[in-house]
Amino acid sequence: MSLPPLVEPADELTVEEVRRYSRHLIIPDVGMDGQKRLKNAKVLVVGAGGLGSPALLYLAAAGVGTLGIIDFDVVDESNLQRQVIHGQSDVGRSKAESARDSIREINPLVEVVLHEERLDTDNVFRIFEPYDLIVDGTDNFATRYLVNDACVLLGKPYVWGSIYRFDGQASVFWAEHGPCYRCLYPEPPPPGMVPSCAEGGVLGVLCASIGSIQVNEAIKLLAGFGDPLVGRLMIYDALEMNYRSVKVRKDPECPLCGKNPTITELIDYEAFCGTISQEAQDAAAGSTITAGELKEMMDRGEDFYLVDVREKNEYEIVNIPGAVLIPKGEFLNGEAFAKLPQDKKIVLHCKSGARSAEALAALKGAGFANAVHVGGGVLAWVNQIDPSLPTY
Amino acid sequence: MDVIVNGERRDLAPGTTVADLVRSLTDATGGVAVAVNDEVVPKAAWSGTPVSAEDRVDVLTAVQGG
Repeated sequence: MSLPPLVEPADELTVEEVRRYSRHLIIPDVGMDGQKRLKNAKVLVVGAGGLGSPALLYLAAAGVGTLGIIDFDVVDESNLQRQVIHGQSDVGRSKAESARDSIREINPLVEVVLHEERLDTDNVFRIFEPYDLIVDGTDNFATRYLVNDACVLLGKPYVWGSIYRFDGQASVFWAEHGPCYRCLYPEPPPPGMVPSCAEGGVLGVLCASIGSIQVNEAIKLLAGFGDPLVGRLMIYDALEMNYRSVKVRKDPECPLCGKNPTITELIDYEAFCGTISQEAQDAAAGSTITAGELKEMMDRGEDFYLVDVREKNEYEIVNIPGAVLIPKGEFLNGEAFAKLPQDKKIVLHCKSGARSAEALAALKGAGFANAVHVGGGVLAWVNQIDPSLPTY
Repeated sequence: MDVIVNGERRDLAPGTTVADLVRSLTDATGGVAVAVNDEVVPKAAWSGTPVSAEDRVDVLTAVQGG
């Protein structure tokens, strides 16, 4: 399937532009016409993180005329392993500004528009409206469904990619010509089921493998050549080293882009994706202590049993003194309970408080009524009690 | 009958549907997509889609990282 170009060509290329883009211009499929279309194109990249870094760098180098960047975050040291648009001297700076500065160095002819705000249902239409297509580099399900739904409702192509450890997936969702994200994944996984990269890790270079597919597809759509990745899902396995694609058809029953849509406006995405489950919220209510309170309990010599519910390799990076490792999965399948003392107060913690809340719900369900968890997890411990320890 | 599930051969009872197969692998069906012979079967059609001998079935999990 080929599709007509998304963008009309600019009137002309300057002498400087002809010199810069010469390796594109001599490819017959791109040529002057394709490069003029890129010059006129407006692309929005959601998130200047793992996928956003290579996406922005290559879109800029390719001569996409206007690049929008949405990011409200600041550069953290732990980003530098994969977010190659940022450098050492950018730690602590706004990601959007850091990305803009890198783009200026790569291609000063690109106009960069910054949106330093958290994407939500109130601003998404206003932010998306001027752009020809949206490239997604967000790191959570709630924002992915928000971006998909906004793109369908606005009729814009959504160049999607997602990554975890050694696995990547990419596709172009465009309801006018094929399926949307909901046709593939109608609902997100239950909260806590699929770890984020912050919890499970990601091979840094995977961002380039998937981000470059996204750029490739964006350029093809803008200039109108090749077979776009509409109606196909690319699956990349970096351990086996293979790329394959499977067909995805538009689902006639899709609640958003199907024949009888039931979703006709934006919804509450935090609730839809249940960032933290209702059971965990209920369990944590009134049973959450701070890192400072944990320290006081230790200093008073209180008799309690501290359990770290993260994974073994996370425990090896940093841990709270005296904590025993029992991963969350053992709470969910019940194996953990036999390992716990019946006569002591149980205190759970994880990295930031979400997984320990899930484990706490299971623990309370098993009869450990006075168990608590540490809000903010080991990160709060490091920040408030012992900043000499590393974070991740 | 033999079916190849995520690259591994498995013996399934004749008449097994995509929905049965997914249930045998996971309790949670949210965030799961299934491709049979390189074509995704929409979730609404899982229970009405039987798997045949020598089919190649890929059960995919949504990931959120970016």
